[in-house]
Amino acid sequence: MSGHQHVHAAPNPSPAGTEVKSWRLLATLAIAGAMAGTLVVLVYQVTLPSIQKYAGAKIEGAVREVLRAPAKWDTLFLVGGKLTHTPPQGVDVREATKAFVGFDANGARTGVAVEAMEPGFQEEVRLMIGFDPVTRAVTGYKVLDQKETPGLGDKIERDTNFRAQFRGKVTPIKGIKNGTSGASTVQTITGATISSRAVIRIINNAVALWQPRMLAFDKEGGK
Amino acid sequence: MTAPTAVVLRDEPFVPGAPAAAPLWFDVWRGIAQENPVLVQMLGMCPTMAVTNMLANGIAMGIATLFVLVGSGLFVSLFRKYIANEVRITSYILIIATFVTLADLILAATFPDISKALGPFIPLIVANCLLLGRAEAFAAKVGPVRAVADGLGMGLGFTFSLMAMSAIRELLGSGSLLGFDILGPKFEPWVFMVMPPGGFLTLGILLLIKGWFMARNARRARRATA
Repeated sequence: MSGHQHVHAAPNPSPAGTEVKSWRLLATLAIAGAMAGTLVVLVYQVTLPSIQKYAGAKIEGAVREVLRAPAKWDTLFLVGGKLTHTPPQGVDVREATKAFVGFDANGARTGVAVEAMEPGFQEEVRLMIGFDPVTRAVTGYKVLDQKETPGLGDKIERDTNFRAQFRGKVTPIKGIKNGTSGASTVQTITGATISSRAVIRIINNAVALWQPRMLAFDKEGGK
Repeated sequence: MTAPTAVVLRDEPFVPGAPAAAPLWFDVWRGIAQENPVLVQMLGMCPTMAVTNMLANGIAMGIATLFVLVGSGLFVSLFRKYIANEVRITSYILIIATFVTLADLILAATFPDISKALGPFIPLIVANCLLLGRAEAFAAKVGPVRAVADGLGMGLGFTFSLMAMSAIRELLGSGSLLGFDILGPKFEPWVFMVMPPGGFLTLGILLLIKGWFMARNARRARRATA
């Protein structure tokens, strides 16, 4: 068994009767803290580019998937409730809320992709959602983050049949347990009704929130 | 295998509570077998339960912990004579936390998917009593070479245990190993194996097997001396 020999004695006990001066204790911790801090900052600087690259690649992949491989796509930034191609100076483009507009080879708009997050069965579910701002039809969704029950709720990410149902459905979408799917209904996953409904709710809310923004953007000439 | 009795003489001053002198290979072997962190010491149960639902996660958690064990063991041992007794726990935790942060950053920069799957459990290595336990009981009382050997052994022992757990759980719970389908489409996955109860059951079975082997060895040893 463990630890027969591990008596909890101090490794270098201070001699009896003498007390270590508190400045020495402070100095020990200050030096150790400074060394630790330097090391962490150093490694942070080295790893930051690749961490950001992965995060960017993930968003990019999700946009391509939900907009069904657009020929090209534009990034719009949400500033003061309005969408714009060129954010004014002082706005951090990395932190800003974005919409991604996809175009086909002829330059016609195929859809808009936005991120949305709402509570699922356990924790927040974060989706990338593609939709057509004129017809309110969904082009697809991809799960960016979820912590739903393994084997049940996480099918919202893995079950391709469930995900494929959303394509072309006009929001607001309703979830049904069985029966045939209509133009605005999808079948929820057996054993994961709450997670399925969460996906449907997130998509409905995101389209309701973003459609007016996109239409306003179009009205202003799409600048 | 029992602890070797050969005494290795070293020019080191006596430290109260220091582990008995042992050959270097035994400092490594101890963590893998006699004092395996998971199966014998029963330390680090939180990651053992939480991240062993997939083999890749178990391996990543094991290697991250190994890295922290070796790194913190080395530094605790190097600075053991300068760290005042009164602030030693604070200093050890500081050293451990530093290596955990490094492990977290490096994992996020190299294997983002595994990093995401492990979520908060990499930062939580700080709270794994295995780390502070080895720093206090071993690294703080021996030279850097032995401290690294112990960290390596404990880290390997931890990794092997997590690999055994996660291989069983992924195979039965998802029908795959490292994401590759093994049991085919006809196999209905035992979903509960990838959920917490599956973790407790798997650990219980592994401990049962270990106990059976130990009892058998003890029986044989008794018979041999009788």
